[in-house]
Amino acid sequence: MSNQPLHRELGLLDAEFARVKQLMGREPTDPELVMFSLMWSEHCSYKHSKPLLKGLPTTGARVVMGPGENAGAVDVGDGLAIVFKVESHNHPSAVEPFQGAATGVGGIVRDIIAVGAKPIALLDSLRFGPLTSQRSRFLFRRAVEGISHYGNCIGIPNVGGEVQFDERYEDSCLVNAMCVGIVPQNRILSCAATGLGNRLVLIGNRTGRDGIGGASVLASAELGDDDADKRPSVQVGDPFTERKLMDCCLALSEVGLLVALQDLGAAGLTSAASEMASRGGVGLAIDLDRVPLREEGLSPGEVLVSESQERMLAIVLPEQLQAVKDMAERYELDATDIGEVTDTGELEALWRGEEVVRIPSLFLTDDVPFSEVPQNAAPPTLPIELDTVPEATDLVAAWLAIMGDPNVASKRWVFEQYDQLVGAGTIRRPGGDAGVVRIPGTDRAIAVTLDCAEWHTELDPRAGGQASVLEAARNVACTGALPIAATDCLNYANPEKGSTGWRLAESIRGMAEALTAIDTPIVSGNVSLYNESPRGPIYPTPVVGIVGLLEDASKSVGAAFGRHGDQILLVGYGEPRVDASRYLGRCAGLPPAPDLVKEQALITLLVKAAQTGLMQSAHDVSEGGFAVALAESCINGGIGADVTIPTGRRADEAMFGEGGGRVIVSCHPDHVAAIQGLATGGLGAKVIGTVGGNEVIVTIGGCTTRVPLSDLREVWEGSIPRALEA
Amino acid sequence: MSATRVAVLRFPGTLDHESAATAVRAVGGDPVFTHHTDTALPEGTQAVVIPGGFSYGDHLRPGALASRTPIMVAVKAHAAEGGKVLGICNGFQILCESGMLPGVLRPNASLAFICRQADLEVADADTPWTGGRRTGEVLSVPFKHHDGAWFGDPSDTRVVLRYTGENPNGSIDKIAGISNLAGNVMGLMPHPEEACDPLLGSVDGRALFAALLA
Amino acid sequence: MTLVIVTVMPKKGVLDPQGQAVQRALSHMGFGEVSGVRVGKRIELQIDGHDPTGQATRMCEDLLANQLIEDFHVEVPE
Repeated sequence: MSNQPLHRELGLLDAEFARVKQLMGREPTDPELVMFSLMWSEHCSYKHSKPLLKGLPTTGARVVMGPGENAGAVDVGDGLAIVFKVESHNHPSAVEPFQGAATGVGGIVRDIIAVGAKPIALLDSLRFGPLTSQRSRFLFRRAVEGISHYGNCIGIPNVGGEVQFDERYEDSCLVNAMCVGIVPQNRILSCAATGLGNRLVLIGNRTGRDGIGGASVLASAELGDDDADKRPSVQVGDPFTERKLMDCCLALSEVGLLVALQDLGAAGLTSAASEMASRGGVGLAIDLDRVPLREEGLSPGEVLVSESQERMLAIVLPEQLQAVKDMAERYELDATDIGEVTDTGELEALWRGEEVVRIPSLFLTDDVPFSEVPQNAAPPTLPIELDTVPEATDLVAAWLAIMGDPNVASKRWVFEQYDQLVGAGTIRRPGGDAGVVRIPGTDRAIAVTLDCAEWHTELDPRAGGQASVLEAARNVACTGALPIAATDCLNYANPEKGSTGWRLAESIRGMAEALTAIDTPIVSGNVSLYNESPRGPIYPTPVVGIVGLLEDASKSVGAAFGRHGDQILLVGYGEPRVDASRYLGRCAGLPPAPDLVKEQALITLLVKAAQTGLMQSAHDVSEGGFAVALAESCINGGIGADVTIPTGRRADEAMFGEGGGRVIVSCHPDHVAAIQGLATGGLGAKVIGTVGGNEVIVTIGGCTTRVPLSDLREVWEGSIPRALEA
Repeated sequence: MSATRVAVLRFPGTLDHESAATAVRAVGGDPVFTHHTDTALPEGTQAVVIPGGFSYGDHLRPGALASRTPIMVAVKAHAAEGGKVLGICNGFQILCESGMLPGVLRPNASLAFICRQADLEVADADTPWTGGRRTGEVLSVPFKHHDGAWFGDPSDTRVVLRYTGENPNGSIDKIAGISNLAGNVMGLMPHPEEACDPLLGSVDGRALFAALLA
Repeated sequence: MTLVIVTVMPKKGVLDPQGQAVQRALSHMGFGEVSGVRVGKRIELQIDGHDPTGQATRMCEDLLANQLIEDFHVEVPE
């Protein structure tokens, strides 16, 4: 029995508790207090980050629905909108990786369904400790299995993502899941409840004890040694039911039976109902006795905050209630009338005929006191003195070593466990720069990717924020698609400690600058704070998801070399640097800041070149530098290459250094001039060599390094499977 | 002559019905979605496709619960009269569980879900499904499954397609697709409906759908 | 209402990759003393009727076990 007052046990600060009493004008009941503790937790309220997020660009000609709803929506022509968002499920995944990752997928999919959209793609961004650690191998394996289990069974193709391994994530793994959906613009659903007397209908799984206290207990606090005890808080996913739920909600929307729709995620019924009430300017009265339960003995507070999965809340006209129930039955789902829309602006709940909750919904959703984030700037970092970095004299050995680094190596072990194809719309599968999926019923396609430059953000947060955005944008542009909108998941440590708050603010500033420069607004996003442990904080990890539009699906470009005799060009700008490179192997130095104007010019070049069918392939130079990108284009195409590149400061830096915006392009010799003609605004587009043979050959300053393609492939493809066998 | 009517079954959890219907339409057929609780196939049905997915969430055993639904009685009757039935992936599992094809699909040897493009070789060009192709001809078709290792007695069946190269899942004799001895019922683990569009990388799957309508 | 316990196990002689994987994992964890593992299912049925064992047996034959690769055992606990 704890000595703490209830509010502290629930994670509310004394000041916040005082504010609750002030707002309510009385002592809250226990269920009411639990509701406040969850709604005012960081995870639900964004009380630390909301003020900082104001700087992100959220408007544009294509934006149909910006941040603030379940997901953002962007016009893609033909009266259709693409809807998408990325979300984190970090803390649950550290405690139970299979279910944590699985329910992370479930949650983001429901956000897309809640807008009335049909999901057409999934992506995931994962970060763990090094694979030399048994615990990290376990978390990695189980998280991938969880995503596979859920995504495959629910039938949404997984078309991309990223995986990184670093000590800073050993105790604080990151699991971010992104979902993209499609919806006719005139069928986009809102979560705003309206219509006095309209029914509140709960559709989907029964309510149990899953995730009780999950949002406040897990997501708003650092993980300590006793988190094995937090295990009961983790939700268990049921993708089969979610598939039925998805099909049912889409069917209901198609025949106009839904006034509003909301998914139940963190803080369950409380969050969903209060959002619906607040956004609609109405009240909701809930009869908790009518909520179908999976277990006996749940208290009213538990029913209100349970995070049992696969549930949606709908607002339905009374005369259409039976039609909704009939439709749900056809999909073998429960649909239960649990309450109604009122005009009080309050969230009321009855239990055994007695009122247990009466809170003006705006208190829960809008009146959370915001917290200022301390801005303690870290001392500026300096570029690394190249002389202090030992020079690799055996470039072949260094090349093979970096190809075998799990961060760089093939992620085939991951994405072969995912259904990449369901829906017969996947034009470019995982393994390239971005996934490409047809927009159903049209000749168009979207390209989508998730990326982050966490080392850069640690060392130079503003430039790192820019770099994270531009990495994603460049990857999308490499497929020929024009970036049109973005989503973000900001994974950071405790903002009240050290320089984390400053890095959060600075990196958001950088992201805003880059997004504005490339005319790509943010339409949705998520923040996950307190990602740290006694071992220390994670790197500031702003994961950016960018969606691009291909007007002609048949014009998408891949990353693989194709034909003997094709010319290879190095397109873009910037000098390679060892600073914070994978080759250097540590987060140190000062990577070159991106050039926003040149990045925009590079995107324009790639999109135009693809539209006119000039390129055989385009592949972004990123982790591992030029030599890795070259090898990847060769391996994916099953054909070698012979190139010559400038020495720069030193041969190993030229091979493996990172930085700038550089793309390796291959094309038929007849198209070289046209591509070079597109390289304006200070971009280079030099021919550096030719595709062919079964070796990869790089000449620098008269010295030639050559490796059999099969050697590079063996190391690159074998790295992660070998690391897992340990 | 009107288009061949093809019933495309849908169970709770079926995922690949839309793409199967698209493939049927592409070869000139008339696909009709058929609910698992129906007791009869749509009027005028000449062929049946059981698409891929996770019917009933793969609960108990993949395909076990779907094979015991009302619609399957009608499908069995249709097959008994010589009507064509094509089961893809989960559809193959359902056909084995219902006894319309011999054997059973077991978990992949690696115990992991695998999604990969496969080179399938035509094992027997004389079946109703491979007429027009040569024995040994290679078809590029993707597969994506967790339980694709066929286990049974090959002499109870006609082997139609095999995996080439390394056995991806532990299937006996690298069997990828079989038909019953009469030849009218076929099941395969790879997804021909994902190989009907040049944009998706291969059109080698069209032949099977054309054979369904023949 | 009778509680009937059905156990479904892979047939002896049929490859049990799940059992093998579990045995390997146990061995890696230091439980080298395990010389064999087979993994099956336990199904609990609440049956209304005069012949719960017979009824359950029929259920096994018709649905709960795939007799090509699985054996089943029906038991009514005391």
